[in-house]
Amino acid sequence: MFMNILTSPWPWYVAGPLIGLMVPLLLLLGNRSFGISSNLRHICAACLPGKIPFFSYDWKRESWNLFFAGGIVIGGLIAGTLLPNTGPSSIHPQLAAEMAGYGVTYAHAPLPAELFNWPALFTLKGFLLMIAGGFLVGFGTRYAGGCTSGHAIMGLSTLQWPSLVATCCFMAGGFIMANLVLPFILHL
Amino acid sequence: MSLPSNTDFEVESPDISADTTAKKAPWWRQLQYLAAGIIFGIILIRSEVISWFRIQEMFRLQSFHMYGVIGSAVLIGIIPVAIIKKTGAKTFYGEPITFHPRSFNKGQIFGGLLFGFGWALTGACPGPLFAQIGAGFTVTLATLASSILGTWVYGLLRDKLPH
Repeated sequence: MFMNILTSPWPWYVAGPLIGLMVPLLLLLGNRSFGISSNLRHICAACLPGKIPFFSYDWKRESWNLFFAGGIVIGGLIAGTLLPNTGPSSIHPQLAAEMAGYGVTYAHAPLPAELFNWPALFTLKGFLLMIAGGFLVGFGTRYAGGCTSGHAIMGLSTLQWPSLVATCCFMAGGFIMANLVLPFILHL
Repeated sequence: MSLPSNTDFEVESPDISADTTAKKAPWWRQLQYLAAGIIFGIILIRSEVISWFRIQEMFRLQSFHMYGVIGSAVLIGIIPVAIIKKTGAKTFYGEPITFHPRSFNKGQIFGGLLFGFGWALTGACPGPLFAQIGAGFTVTLATLASSILGTWVYGLLRDKLPH
């Protein structure tokens, strides 16, 4: 019974507040700002700074965040591989119907295996979803100065209005892509 | 107008790199961040925030789930931040807690839109990318590698982009 509670998907009102508490936790642990995407910058600064001013800083001072990201991988291993989610989980019938039109079914996994797999990387559809999509995530978050955690959660929690602008633009970009462009990609 | 030296809301070093007097924290404190990351990773999986399908529902207004997660996270984040600001609370180790207000630039619009495009394609923002890898979706390593490349190209072109 107890295990069922731990492994069934958590509702938003459990997960959201827990994520919000990451903000004071990191501040109290060592005056750190919650924000994941900056790790991508630190990895560039550590591995391939190439005399680019944007990557010429002491990334080791920010290495706490790389430990945090490593922790996310381990957390994913624990909750995704060792004790995966159980219990009921479904998607909106309209989304299921739309996806069926592209040959994609919801198999209770976070990623549809039909779209996200290694061989698919070498198809146009898979390239656009994973490689182009990943590139936009990395380029866009740094251009914006933060991601969902850095802007939407940390930035809004500290009442910085530029973070509200960024968050609105994240959502606007997502709406445009998901509704106007993605259908064409999924038909490929 | 010249580009401000630090437009990053997440990286503080470029602001404080001149300050070399700060005491170096003992190595074991890094383990706390590892532990916090593990907790965050578990939350991301259990709440299905890492699900491509939940992201698609969000951008089609078919589910309240993601709005509830992000909205309640912000509400719960605001309160302790306000208390810390008001009381001048220090870290568990007695160091002052500082906030770094950033200014608006056009990057938040252009970059925000571009990230939004990528978010809807991959179904993952940066945190979930790491969680998906841990959950056994090895192909996300390719997505992550491409996001690192995207960050690098931004760094390369930064001075030529409108900010």
